[in-house]
Amino acid sequence: MKNILELKNVNVSFHTFAGEVKAVRGVNLHLEKGESLAIVGESGSGKSVTSKSIMRLLPEKTSEIKEGEILFEGRDLTKISNREMEKIRGSEISMIFQDPMTSLNPTMTVGKQIMEGLRKHQNLSKSEAKERAVNLLKLVGIPNPELRISEYPHQFSGGMRQRVVIAIALACNPKVLIADEPTTALDVTIQAQILDLMRDLQQKTGTAIILITHDLGVVANLSQRVAVMYGGTIVETGTTDEVFYNPKHPYTWGLLSSMPKLNSGDKELMAIPGTPPNLLNPPKGCPFAARCPYAMQVCVDHMPDVTDVTSTHKSACWLLDERAPQVEPPEAALVGGAR
Amino acid sequence: MARFVLKRLLYMLVTLFIITSFTFFLMKLLPGSPFNNEEKLTDQQKFILNEKYGLNDPVPVQYFNYMSNLAKGDLGVSFQYDNRPVSTMITERIGPSAVLGIEATIIGTIIGLILGIAAALKHNTSIDYLSSLIAVLGISIPSFVFAGVLQYYVGVKLEWLPVALWDGPKYHVLPALSLSVFVIATVARFMRTEMLEVLGQDYITTAKSKGLSNLVVIWKHTIRNAMIPVVTILGPLAINLITGTLIIEKIFAVPGLGFQFVSSIQLNDYPVIMATTIFYSVCFIIVILIVDILYGVIDPRIRVAGGKG
Repeated sequence: MKNILELKNVNVSFHTFAGEVKAVRGVNLHLEKGESLAIVGESGSGKSVTSKSIMRLLPEKTSEIKEGEILFEGRDLTKISNREMEKIRGSEISMIFQDPMTSLNPTMTVGKQIMEGLRKHQNLSKSEAKERAVNLLKLVGIPNPELRISEYPHQFSGGMRQRVVIAIALACNPKVLIADEPTTALDVTIQAQILDLMRDLQQKTGTAIILITHDLGVVANLSQRVAVMYGGTIVETGTTDEVFYNPKHPYTWGLLSSMPKLNSGDKELMAIPGTPPNLLNPPKGCPFAARCPYAMQVCVDHMPDVTDVTSTHKSACWLLDERAPQVEPPEAALVGGAR
Repeated sequence: MARFVLKRLLYMLVTLFIITSFTFFLMKLLPGSPFNNEEKLTDQQKFILNEKYGLNDPVPVQYFNYMSNLAKGDLGVSFQYDNRPVSTMITERIGPSAVLGIEATIIGTIIGLILGIAAALKHNTSIDYLSSLIAVLGISIPSFVFAGVLQYYVGVKLEWLPVALWDGPKYHVLPALSLSVFVIATVARFMRTEMLEVLGQDYITTAKSKGLSNLVVIWKHTIRNAMIPVVTILGPLAINLITGTLIIEKIFAVPGLGFQFVSSIQLNDYPVIMATTIFYSVCFIIVILIVDILYGVIDPRIRVAGGKG
């Protein structure tokens, strides 16, 4: 089996005072060994919740994986005990977070924070772990690692901290790395450096990456496959080329159209009108129907089935049904794909 | 670090000078003289006494004399207690007060921390509510009420511990406990808030994502960061205890400093007032210094700023 990670019909709900919020509704995903998959979508589309449910890092008291399987090397992560999950976290699957300014412990040296995972998972002695930590810092491009290892996070800049966070995540050579908007909180120039670093590291270590982002530029840079999420479901998935050059779902069209282009001149930036659906009371039909310019009655009433465009390219849209009218994507979306 | 401490000690001298001067003039503004209360002293006798202690001089001269004696380390003698040196009066009395204060701080901090941590970890459960109830009671009910309750039930009814007096470790338990209630409450409330705050931080998620067990995440990543703000309130709390033992000392008949301080003010016993004030100030400043150093030990961000200065 090539698939190292597979999500089957995953449903995640949050219990709030207002009621049950269905943040993730029937997500199917797979990740092959060594590949890079991007999950794209706007805020609240469920992409972070999906990734945190893989790591089982959602708040225990208020959230629940209602249904579905998360298979890691064939083992269902939703069924194993907390103790077994601890063994997987950080060693088999690890995670990079959005904001490097807050994701490091301010009162612990950088070295200790890297060594913690190593000592727990690989039973290294203190000096072995330290040596490995120095090498890791070198790997992620931090100068003078021997000195910097005993420094505290506040002595690092934002970009350097994100490198430390990456070093922590890579410490035990994980098979899967989940990067939750790893460049969102960084300057544009630093973003490029971190992306370069991640691509470089992926080639060196062969770690499979799930990249969560709302930045399509980042996707084009780093990922071989894309899953577009909206309203807690995956609306379109395919290889990066397929989704960028031959998008099939009107939401993907909207996303691509709203990306600024070099040749757009003074034209106003496109926006998708309306707001995402309220997942406290999700629509029974397609979640995008209310904002979709091509919406039909069937979109409102029934959830569209997933249609195979090619063997890798799938989209959940009624327009792909043979009875639907032929609709061409807007020009802006096509130009967007051309980068 | 040494430079930091040295700088702070210098500031401390300046602070002490200002406090001493203020207290001196404020004290002189008080109506009455040390010998007004004595029965049947003739005016001439009073004049002789005043002359003997230099109280007939103009206030600035008295101030100058007092300060120059102080600089030599001479705190003077008591006007009321047979010319006994004030320094001995303080050293004799400080023991019980300090012991009580320290015991109450230690008991209060430990129990407070445990309560606060438990409440935060069991947020919105009966443990949390119980801890909050204890905190509210501890803050709103004065310590002398607890003192009375403890004396009556533990001392008189159950006869487990002595009701009062100061004669060995058994005698410490009740006064130290009643003093510590306020500390328990304050520390518990503070610690709970800070723990909840830290538990919501991103770096706790990072720690969990490394696969650390809950225990390690809480012990190594949460508690230390939550402690930082708590350390800052420990200083003033400790001072409140050392100085605030007055009522408790009185209830439990503990021969401490607080009781002596108040009676010296009632009797206009100038050297005792001055010396006790100076003594308390020194305690306060040293405790604040210790807290600042501790703060640096716990929080590396501050250590660096101080270390380079």
